[in-house]
Amino acid sequence: MSNLFDLLVAGLATGAIYALVAVGFTLLWQTSQTINFAQGEFVMLPAFLILAAMHVGAPFWLAIILGILLSMILLGLAFKLLLVDPMMRHGVLPLAIATMALAIGIKEAVKQFFSAEASPFPSIVPTGDISILGQSVSLQSIGVLVVAILAVVGLTTLLNRTSLGHQMQAAAQNPTVARIIGVPVERMILLTFLINAFLVALASLLITPIYLAKFSSGEVLGQAAFIAAIVGGFNQVRGAIAGGLLIGVLDNLAAAYVSMQYRAAVPMLFLIAVILFRPQGLLGRAEERTV
Amino acid sequence: MKSTLLVGALLTVMTATSALAQAIKLADVAELSGGGATVGTNWKNGIDLAIEEINAKGGVLGRKLEVTHADSQSNPGVARAQVQKALDAEPYVLLGPGYSGSVKVTAPLAAEAGIAQIMGGEAAELTQAGNKFLFRTSFGQQSSMPKVAKYIHDEMKAKTVAVVWVNNDFGRGGRDVVVKELDRLGSKVVADLSTEAGQADFAADVGKIKAANPDAVFVYLNEEESARILKELKRQGVTAPLMGETTLIGQKVIELAGDAANGARGHVGLTTDAPVDLIKAFREKFSKKYNYVPDHNGLKGYLAVYMVKATTEKMGKVDPKKFADTLHGLTIKAADEPGILMDVTFSDTGDIDRQSFLVEVVEGKQVVKQVLPKVK
Repeated sequence: MSNLFDLLVAGLATGAIYALVAVGFTLLWQTSQTINFAQGEFVMLPAFLILAAMHVGAPFWLAIILGILLSMILLGLAFKLLLVDPMMRHGVLPLAIATMALAIGIKEAVKQFFSAEASPFPSIVPTGDISILGQSVSLQSIGVLVVAILAVVGLTTLLNRTSLGHQMQAAAQNPTVARIIGVPVERMILLTFLINAFLVALASLLITPIYLAKFSSGEVLGQAAFIAAIVGGFNQVRGAIAGGLLIGVLDNLAAAYVSMQYRAAVPMLFLIAVILFRPQGLLGRAEERTV
Repeated sequence: MKSTLLVGALLTVMTATSALAQAIKLADVAELSGGGATVGTNWKNGIDLAIEEINAKGGVLGRKLEVTHADSQSNPGVARAQVQKALDAEPYVLLGPGYSGSVKVTAPLAAEAGIAQIMGGEAAELTQAGNKFLFRTSFGQQSSMPKVAKYIHDEMKAKTVAVVWVNNDFGRGGRDVVVKELDRLGSKVVADLSTEAGQADFAADVGKIKAANPDAVFVYLNEEESARILKELKRQGVTAPLMGETTLIGQKVIELAGDAANGARGHVGLTTDAPVDLIKAFREKFSKKYNYVPDHNGLKGYLAVYMVKATTEKMGKVDPKKFADTLHGLTIKAADEPGILMDVTFSDTGDIDRQSFLVEVVEGKQVVKQVLPKVK
């Protein structure tokens, strides 16, 4: 029982990070039909930006702020202006392939400028345990879960409760009509790119102390988050969140109760089942786009 | 006039050729990127340091040493291609790779070319295939694992043990020997967990260890994964003592795992914290040159080059064909060749006999708890 509880908490903590990254997938898809195959590398890079800031003498808190700002500039603004906008007019597929190339570019650049070796990364959550319902749970798992939930709640509040959020939804659902009623569609699209960059930087901050800062660490994350987004529903933010949590828990339970060797296959099998029987995803809606 | 020009040209070519022949060429293939980058980078830096020292003192038999480094990307397939390329250039001796899987696929190539290969792999099977050209720089698992099992049984008094290993040649080789030895000594393996190379998430694995509630945990993974599982073991509050090999308590692991490495113990064939003056001096030179403390792979690379030097000086000539025969059965004493750091004897299979150490991580530092003497 205690083992199951540990697995659930660890799975939810990992899943919450998958969710953050998966939400980014859906946001970009909703507003600009971008499938970003460099999303995993987007999670890997901010950790190195933070490490670089610390290397030149910035304290950790300042390095975090600088890292997040730089991520928003590089992975939000520059990504949209320099890669998505020029490729977009050629269709979804060339853009998807361009993001694959970007993924390789980011990985190799990090390897070149930093190191091919893993580096330690400080944790924003202190190590130690607390007791919940008589079970001891690590502070780090709780911290990751809490920060991720706060980010998701903040995002859904922004989308559903504010005028800005409504404008973003309008821009995603029907850009032409949105434009007619005066929604600055281009600015709304840019905003989703910036939000995606913020979310991946946050995910980076949470996952890197556990996975270590390494040029290749985005591969697993990107794949897991992509599966999570499809399983949950590529056109629903709440679907991506549910998908992320589900994949995180499923992976951990599969490793413990099915087979350590085949653990990576279980989320894939689940993905195939979802595509066969509910192609729009668990919470997605067929032929509809909203954010 | 024409013939004078021809003679002049010939002389120039001959002079150039003899100048080239002056240098003794070594080829290194190592894990400079990918999962084994820590291993390969240390190994390479150790080699470069030794060559720099030897050349500064006039080289080997009056000839300078030269090395080319190639990256195996920690991938056996790439390693094989790189070794083939290196052998085509006819080096004196081949150095590396460090990963057992890569050594396994490259050793037949070097043997076929009749070139001695001095490598960093530790899998037991490597030197058991009758290869006459393969030499270790550190203990094979068949020498180290019985010592580990004995320590778990005798000193840690563990009746039940969880064994976590990485699913590659290195991990499987170590796991097989240690499980057999633990069984022989009467310690029961209550959890036998295989993990993947490059694995990032160890929550489920540690969950299983916790559920098995063993008296001790034997961890046999590569460096980065060792750091990750140490953090997860701490995160989930596993208190059973941890025992491993060099890969559990190496400098890089300590750096990556931070506090979580404290208390972990390991049997170490080579450590820069060894209470040996020559090793202390090596550590100082290495740290000064590269700005970090090397792990055992730095020592292995350094020793590989000094093995080349001592063997060549023993032969009194540079003869790639006789190199392997000369090194078999050779004892190199640190008093005669300080670069070899500790007295060492090579067996007919290319295995080594040397003193070794039992180390514990105390407050982020390797502390040597016991020195185990050379067997013969």
